[in-house]
Amino acid sequence: MSQNTIVNLQNIVVNFDGERVLKGIDLAIRDKEFVTLLGPSGCGKTTTLRVIGGFVKPDAGDVYFGEKKITSLPPHKREVNTVFQRYALFPHLNVYENIAFGLRLKRVPDQEVNRRVLEMLELVNLSGFGKRKIEQMSGGQQQRVAIARALVNHPKVLLLDEPLGALDLKLRKEMQNELKRIQKSLEITFVYVTHDQEEALTMSDTVVVMKEGVIQQIGTPQDIYNEPVNSFVADFIGESNIIGGIMREDFVVEIEGTAFDCVDKGFSKNEEVEVVIRPEDLIISPANHGFITGMVESVTFKGVHYEIIVDVDGFKWMVHTIKNQQVGEHVGLVVSADDIHVMKKGQEVQAHV
Amino acid sequence: MKRVSKFYLALIYIFLYAPILVMIVLSFNASKNRNVWSGFTFKWYAELFHNQIVLESLGNTLLIACIAAVASTVVGTAAAVGINSFRRHVRNAILNVTYMPMINPEIVTGVSLMLLYVFLGVKFGFLTLLYSHITFCLPYVILSVLPKLRQVDPNIYDAALDLGCTPVHAFWKVILPQIMPGVFSGFLMSFTYSLDDFVISYFTNGATSQTLPITIYSMTRRKVSPEINALSTILFLVVFTLLIIINLRGRNPKKKKRSA
Amino acid sequence: MFKSRLSAAPYLLWMGIFIIAPLLLVCYFAFTDASGSFTLANIQGLTAHVDVLLRSLWLAAVATVICLVLGYPVAYILSRAEEGQQRIFLMLCLLPMWMNFLLRTYAWMTLLENNGLINRFFGLFGLGPFEMINTQGAVVLGMVYNYLPFMIMPLYSIMVKIENSTIQAAQDLGANGVQVLFKVVLPLSVPGITSGVIMVFVPAISTFIISKMLGGGSNLLIGDLIELQFLGNAYNPHLGAAMSLVLMIIILLCLGFLNYFGDEDATREAIL
Repeated sequence: MSQNTIVNLQNIVVNFDGERVLKGIDLAIRDKEFVTLLGPSGCGKTTTLRVIGGFVKPDAGDVYFGEKKITSLPPHKREVNTVFQRYALFPHLNVYENIAFGLRLKRVPDQEVNRRVLEMLELVNLSGFGKRKIEQMSGGQQQRVAIARALVNHPKVLLLDEPLGALDLKLRKEMQNELKRIQKSLEITFVYVTHDQEEALTMSDTVVVMKEGVIQQIGTPQDIYNEPVNSFVADFIGESNIIGGIMREDFVVEIEGTAFDCVDKGFSKNEEVEVVIRPEDLIISPANHGFITGMVESVTFKGVHYEIIVDVDGFKWMVHTIKNQQVGEHVGLVVSADDIHVMKKGQEVQAHV
Repeated sequence: MKRVSKFYLALIYIFLYAPILVMIVLSFNASKNRNVWSGFTFKWYAELFHNQIVLESLGNTLLIACIAAVASTVVGTAAAVGINSFRRHVRNAILNVTYMPMINPEIVTGVSLMLLYVFLGVKFGFLTLLYSHITFCLPYVILSVLPKLRQVDPNIYDAALDLGCTPVHAFWKVILPQIMPGVFSGFLMSFTYSLDDFVISYFTNGATSQTLPITIYSMTRRKVSPEINALSTILFLVVFTLLIIINLRGRNPKKKKRSA
Repeated sequence: MFKSRLSAAPYLLWMGIFIIAPLLLVCYFAFTDASGSFTLANIQGLTAHVDVLLRSLWLAAVATVICLVLGYPVAYILSRAEEGQQRIFLMLCLLPMWMNFLLRTYAWMTLLENNGLINRFFGLFGLGPFEMINTQGAVVLGMVYNYLPFMIMPLYSIMVKIENSTIQAAQDLGANGVQVLFKVVLPLSVPGITSGVIMVFVPAISTFIISKMLGGGSNLLIGDLIELQFLGNAYNPHLGAAMSLVLMIIILLCLGFLNYFGDEDATREAIL
């Protein structure tokens, strides 16, 4: 365990109704880190969060908070707070009393309560809204109240369960920046659950990609995007061309009969592998200059770029480019060696319990 | 509304209200003979208020209704919380038994309770009445609290725990306020059903503790008793005013919301 | 979610003593004699009262049908009225229910008597007096009067859910008034009809007060018989228990039959 680990999950197993939803999760979260648990619905990310919060008791494994084992500590005794999906504000209390709720339970003196609640309202840009009823607040405002209600207790770790899921796109972008700002200014750990890969990449220091109760990859957003460990991660994080290949030797991979230079090594000779190439890394060239050639099958305008599908001997390559092309045109495709990412085949991480 | 519709509704309302109007008019009739109008009088009202039996049974009725409503609200609300914690099969089994007093004809409930008291050798009186009233009020409380309990966002409870509440504390501070409307309507229903009940009380009362409906029943057996008309008029007016007040109060919050 | 099975304990105890035990006692009494030994005599004794049973079924059925015929248009008209009007008219429908049903039934005694108001009204035209009180007709009238709101409520609560646009869509597709009623409104309101029928039929078949007050001594219903066995001169709780058991079974059969079409939620909503 590294010195500044604040939350440590060790081999966590959770079963619901006989179904294993977490299959041995090991995860060390460092202090002051913004960690995102990312994955499709049903991957166990929310359950992992609830294990940390104390709402789900693991069937096996242990949870550590710093050096202290908290596996069977009930939620109200843990030094973490949660921002819930759909906020879970108390409809019978106004904004001020919602935020003051945790402090009142700890019998903090009124003056102190008042100071801290007002401070929080300011932090989330809701100064002057204290007297409002919850039902009078918009979705975005309710979200801010939920954040303030959790943060006012000065938790060392804030758990956020898809907090922006119910907001529209524009508001969501705004709140992403704001959450990041809050996390930086308070210097606390955020554990954030989302199924939105873009959100994960934008906000996080560390991204944890999960599938079916198993962690697939842990890494920085750059690692996850550029060096996905398997085709699931590659496919889930952004769009990509995933194609089978053969590793001829170190730094040479053969795709569809054409040898490409690459930066990967350490595979056995002629090992079958999977190759990921991001659509924005493919460059369209005149037909006679390409590594491979094919025919433009479709062109879709996406705002910033065009999405072009090029058919090369039956494999449909997706290319993102700012230059328009004609459908039916013969073009070449070029890719530089360090944009080719080679992965072991069938390397999806399986449960080890 | 079309004219035919209006006409039809008018006929139905005449059917519903004519008997009540006749009683109200007759309550002011000086003659004891209900077929002869012999002048206006408050005599029957005065007699009613000096009728010891009526006053006593009114007192009994109110006392039983209060105790039964409070007891069944407390026990029923706790029961709803408990029932909601059971797995589905157990929950459905309990609910099916709970519905029994609502589905069964009142006379069967009354008779079965009477048999119970006879079998246990309990003396008929205030307590047997009270037990019976609590028994038929409980399902109404449970059935009005349960849906409210299911509507509570489970995350709200988790949020309370997260902010430092113990489970019991969280129930009082967060869940109870959420289900309060259901608890309150359960209480109101219990109170009114208890006030109004005749059939079950009829089989489970004792000579010493009669409720108002039972007294009314014995008055109707005596064929001519104009005091009944006075009593009906009073009860009707009380209910009428109460409903109007409740309705006026029920509208106010909406108005406030609009102006906000 | 907050879980505490223990908090159901007082109720479960109460339920055992005051709901389950009494019903078991009804069964026990129905199959024993005064000395406590097993007998089928009580059940066999019922055959002597088949006429009463049939009369109860018949009168309750007639009253239920009349309530449906009278109440259906009321519920429909209310459900199509403006919202403000709906509230008021609905309240007016329910208001009489808040008066004790003994008083309401007593009021009809006054009206139906041989020298009562209705006969005096006819007398003005040289008609009558008609024999109205102490007839089966009077009993049915009492049932209809007392239980009509029980029919209107569930029908109304189902019919307000039918949106005007549904009806307009039918009209748009060429349905006339009658066709809208039979092809759209009626099928959609079946659950309300079932609930209403249950809520009228059950109290109607088991009543003993209405028949006593409006039917005289000659139109006994099964409710009257049961009452006589427990509180009347015929005192015989064993026979009474057997009758109650049969009444319960009849009603459970009817409920089972109707639930086949019905909507339990609507029934519950209407009760509450």
